[in-house]
Amino acid sequence: MRLASRLTAALIVGFARAVTAVRGVWDGIEPVQGQRIYFANHNSHGDFVLVWTVLPPDLRLRARPVAGADYWLTSKLKSFIGKDVFNAVLIDRNPETRTDDPMTQMSAALKSGDSLILFPEGTRNTGKSPLLPFKSGLFHLATANPEIDMVPVWIENLNRVMPKGALVPIPLICTVTFGAAMRLEAGEDKASFLARAESALVALNPEGTS
Amino acid sequence: MNGHFIILLGLVLTVLLIATGAAQLLKRRAGADNLTIQNLTARINAWWVMVAIMAIAFVAGTAGVVILFAICSFAALREFLTLTNTAAADHWALAAAVFIVLPLQYLSVGMGWYGFYSIFIPVYAFLLMPILSTLRGQSENFLIRVSEAQWALMIAVFCVSHVPALLSLNIPGYEGKNLFLIFFLIVVVQSSDVLQYVWGKLMGRRKIAPTLSPSKTLEGLVGGVISASLMGAALFWITPFSVLQAFALSLVITLMGFFGGLVMSAIKRDRGVKDWGHLIAGHGGFIDRLDSVIFSAPIFFHIVRFYWDLH
Repeated sequence: MRLASRLTAALIVGFARAVTAVRGVWDGIEPVQGQRIYFANHNSHGDFVLVWTVLPPDLRLRARPVAGADYWLTSKLKSFIGKDVFNAVLIDRNPETRTDDPMTQMSAALKSGDSLILFPEGTRNTGKSPLLPFKSGLFHLATANPEIDMVPVWIENLNRVMPKGALVPIPLICTVTFGAAMRLEAGEDKASFLARAESALVALNPEGTS
Repeated sequence: MNGHFIILLGLVLTVLLIATGAAQLLKRRAGADNLTIQNLTARINAWWVMVAIMAIAFVAGTAGVVILFAICSFAALREFLTLTNTAAADHWALAAAVFIVLPLQYLSVGMGWYGFYSIFIPVYAFLLMPILSTLRGQSENFLIRVSEAQWALMIAVFCVSHVPALLSLNIPGYEGKNLFLIFFLIVVVQSSDVLQYVWGKLMGRRKIAPTLSPSKTLEGLVGGVISASLMGAALFWITPFSVLQAFALSLVITLMGFFGGLVMSAIKRDRGVKDWGHLIAGHGGFIDRLDSVIFSAPIFFHIVRFYWDLH
């Protein structure tokens, strides 16, 4: 099973590279070891694959995407990819039905030394605005883990490669830009922290390429 | 054929060795952190890789060359489409361009089916792609979107495919040697690019297109085109041409190459990018390296076909 998941990971990364020639841009932070919470814009189910692809292999092994269980547990293949290949932290986005608290799940992953890749918009952004308002999860994570760097990650062009509902990807060049790390400041409240995180992320949006 | 191939490979390797040595000398003189020298070294290293890949494709014969240029087309199309205004409504048209038009074009080139590959994109793709784009009923930017998609196919697939298409020409007394036509085209056009750069660096003064491509100078153009064309004339023995014909054809393809570079620069400027991509270190993207070949290949193909081919 481990071999199968390793192979699948290599295939997925190879496919992502063939379609998008994706390039990581480290703009204000370096790809070095260390625990981080990467937070990115969310346009496509392939988003974390791109972030994962551009991370150096040693960082990649310890970077776990946070994803919706409602999507990733709906078929055997998706569940294999989500759980075994990407080692995702699968959270139930519906507060009514869930048995595990997402905050507890994410904190457990952080406690074991893993990094997280998460999409604080909570759902895929298919509209015209660059970013949907962030959910409060990012703030609660920052409050609970004030010593962990939070890194904004802008994923460019993947929404054009794979628009919502598309079955076939169009090959287009994508970039993944990592910005300077941020932490919760002393006395910072939820609204101003989330606003700061949103603007740090939007600032990485390369202009004129969309 | 094999004897010629080894001589030519030896010549190319000698040039690369001299270039590598010269770059090392310059590096020692100018210091390792001189940006121009760093870029020069990266370019020369990329040339080693490109020559190695070309040599492997040549050894593999027709199939190898066709597949190599199909891959180049794929990479070029990916770069070109990235800079277009195409929308989600064009998804099926673009998917067809990449996964149907491109393979069919190269399949027909590999089969030597001139009647198909010379009109497939300018006629069939030209008419069918906008039809696919209308299906979602979105008229916003429609003309811009379909024109850009067609341009992408013409530049990245149609024009590039005329390099391997040279293999299907049927020239009396030249049977089995068509690979040398590809060698001639690529070496002359790419040398012209390099020599324009060298002449321009050495004595370039008068800018020729300051708003489109500020590094291009009249001295670089004249020096590069003339010296590359003399080189082309000196290569006449691998072609079906006489010395004078080889010179004249070289002049045509190097000039087309120069203006091709200018056209592609204008597009980059319009879209606010410096390079088409990042996959070839020191050079930029595939289109950055191929722009002059893109503009010269179809013209070279048709001149040779018109005057030398039995058809």
